[in-house]
Amino acid sequence: MNWLDDPILRVDHLTMRFGGLLAVNDVSFAAGRGDITALIGPNGAGKTTLFNCLTGFYQPTAGRIAFSSEKLDAEKIETLTRSARKHDGETFLLERMADHEIVRKARLARTFQNIRLFQGMSALENLMIAQDEALSRAAGLSFIGLLGLPSWRRAEQAAVDRAVAWLDRIGLKKRADDPAGSLPYGDQRRLEIARAMCTKPALLCLDEPAAGLNAAESHGLAELLRGIRDQGETSILLIEHDMSVVMRISDHVVVLDYGQKIADGSPREVREDPAVIAAYLGVEEQEEAVEEAVLSGGGA
Amino acid sequence: MPAERFVRALREAGWATLVVAGLSFPIIAYRAEPDFNNLLALQPRWPLFWQFCAAAFLLRFLLAFWSGDETKAKAPREKNWPKLPWLGPLALVFLTIYPLAVVALLGPQAALKWVDTYGVQILIYVLLGWGLNITVGLAGLLDLGYAAFYAVGAYAYALLAPATGLGFWALLPVCGLLAAFWGFCIGFPILRLRGDYLAIVTLAFAEIVRIVLINWDVVTHGEAGLFGFPGLNFFGLPFIPGPRGFAAHFGLPFQGIQKQIFLYYLVLVLALLANLVSLRLRRLPLGRAWEALREDEIACRALGLDTRNIKLTAFALGAFFAGIAGCLFALRQGFVSPSAFTFSESALILAIVVLGGGGSQLGVAVAAVFLVGASELLRELTFLKSVFGENFDPAQYRMLLVGLAMVAMMNFRPRGLVSTRAPTIKLGATS
Ligand SMILES: Nc1ncnc2c1ncn2[C@@H]1O[C@H](COP(=O)(O)OP(=O)(O)OP(=O)(O)O)[C@@H](O)[C@H]1O
Ligand SMILES: [Mg+2]
Repeated sequence: MNWLDDPILRVDHLTMRFGGLLAVNDVSFAAGRGDITALIGPNGAGKTTLFNCLTGFYQPTAGRIAFSSEKLDAEKIETLTRSARKHDGETFLLERMADHEIVRKARLARTFQNIRLFQGMSALENLMIAQDEALSRAAGLSFIGLLGLPSWRRAEQAAVDRAVAWLDRIGLKKRADDPAGSLPYGDQRRLEIARAMCTKPALLCLDEPAAGLNAAESHGLAELLRGIRDQGETSILLIEHDMSVVMRISDHVVVLDYGQKIADGSPREVREDPAVIAAYLGVEEQEEAVEEAVLSGGGA
Repeated sequence: MPAERFVRALREAGWATLVVAGLSFPIIAYRAEPDFNNLLALQPRWPLFWQFCAAAFLLRFLLAFWSGDETKAKAPREKNWPKLPWLGPLALVFLTIYPLAVVALLGPQAALKWVDTYGVQILIYVLLGWGLNITVGLAGLLDLGYAAFYAVGAYAYALLAPATGLGFWALLPVCGLLAAFWGFCIGFPILRLRGDYLAIVTLAFAEIVRIVLINWDVVTHGEAGLFGFPGLNFFGLPFIPGPRGFAAHFGLPFQGIQKQIFLYYLVLVLALLANLVSLRLRRLPLGRAWEALREDEIACRALGLDTRNIKLTAFALGAFFAGIAGCLFALRQGFVSPSAFTFSESALILAIVVLGGGGSQLGVAVAAVFLVGASELLRELTFLKSVFGENFDPAQYRMLLVGLAMVAMMNFRPRGLVSTRAPTIKLGATS
């Protein structure tokens, strides 16, 4: 019950309205530190919209998103909410922050449902851009970098080492210099995750990372995510349709339907929740597939 | 089969003729000319119109007939250029000895044109192309008003040189910084715009600058422009005949071309410096961020890049180069007027970047040599007068050349002369 005792993220009464459509309707949940939290729900449930609110791409209509990579303290959140500030250096109110601040200061990183790599740039360059914060500081408004001073070269080498370590981990070291757009689909998915990890996030938000992967690839992905969690520095929030992945790796599942939270708990609890089963059964084309996935996930 | 092919070619030629007729009717069939009362009178030119239509029909028919059955579009096969590592050093050597060689070959009088028009002018355009390449080629921000920054640089020199008494060494960076400042200013309101909208606003900005230059009479002297400002000097030695001039100081005979040769080397050094800065910046976080912005702005934001700063720096640095080029332009002409900074100037520089293949330094340089050099060469083709009559001015067809180059490019190298992108960092090189 990490998400109750030691949350890294707490979402309170979050609402996002597009004209007459309530894409996210009064959703509250918490994600535990060191957990893999899965966010599931039928198509159009509002999962991606919720992500966009968390990462500053949308300004939520109402609600509060509190985040802290150190310790989320209820009293501190209240104090911060009453003040006009965005953060106190430790606790962050994400709904008040711009997207790039959320990445840099609060340390949240994300991937996209449809992969967004820098297609024309090499895999290595993709990972270098993700380390812009450290590199920009070392380049000193580009002047130190232009002169090629040793401090810059050291920083660059460190960034390359880090990038190469990640490329190695996702099995792409051989293709480091190839354009990202020329990589196979599964490799692109993993490269996007590695790129997000290069920003050194405290919380990694993944939007359907297993979409379009075959069984072997999603197995590898599950291992990768578990590895990231077990290193202990990054918690994971994951949107996923592939129930076998969800059931295998997640510590905590939150279920959305029509913008509302309908269940929240351990994978076992959620799987048996009648509301969840009804929600999934209501979506006809997914009916059998999901039921099967839920059952087989239980066996694993 | 031939019959079928014949019919198809006929049909295609018919369509092409219709299009040509539609397009040329308003411009060719009637010519509007002022009569004695200064009213516009329409002069019919039907024979010319029919000639155009017939030519279109014939050409299209032959093309369709001979090109066979390939109705499907072929994917353009672009061959990569062979790697020529000696090309850069060779070009450098050539550029270094070029003015001296021309003087040695042709003598100081005849060489003037070759050093000034074909040397200095083209190099200024290369510098402009490299500057715009940062904004358009690297950062992917379509700027249709680049001539505005060029104008700022030129006017800054023309106004500040007499007013402050500073020499061009001091004013060169000032011109650049002033243009960069304007790049920064125009960058702000358009931060949220993308693609076409951004292009339109930059276009409008350039027009505003030009119209201000025309109408702010007290300062800019309107259409007449500014002249008589201090020109080039060699570290304090003016290029004048007499004992205090450059020639006398070094014991050389005075020649007008000495000034041009010095300007040539000045522009060459500055252009090479700009090139060096561009190339190095590409490997720094800032340059990578520009390219990332071109590739995917949303992904940039998701990685914590501040897209506002990235756009502003791309605009400002591109404008900085234009300001330097403007200053050099003023030094070369000794005269600045708004007519030098029209939209066609922006279009020409953009054409250089696009033809060069956005993002490639060498491609841009080659495109500048081709477009500017060829349009200057057009002026030389005086023999065309004997073909088309005395009123024919080949220089008027400059823009036709740009158009032809673009059409040829779309056909043969749709992504520009040099379209391959070299990664800014390679694993092989670092580990
Ligand atoms: N920018 C937007 N403007 C208007 N409506 C939107 C916008 N973004 C999302 N929506 C709507 O909000 C609802 C939730 O969409 P969202 O993309 O969050 O669903 P999802 O749970 O991610 O679904 P999927 O599993 O298909 O990815 C949908 O009805 C969608 O049409
Ligand atoms: Mg979605």
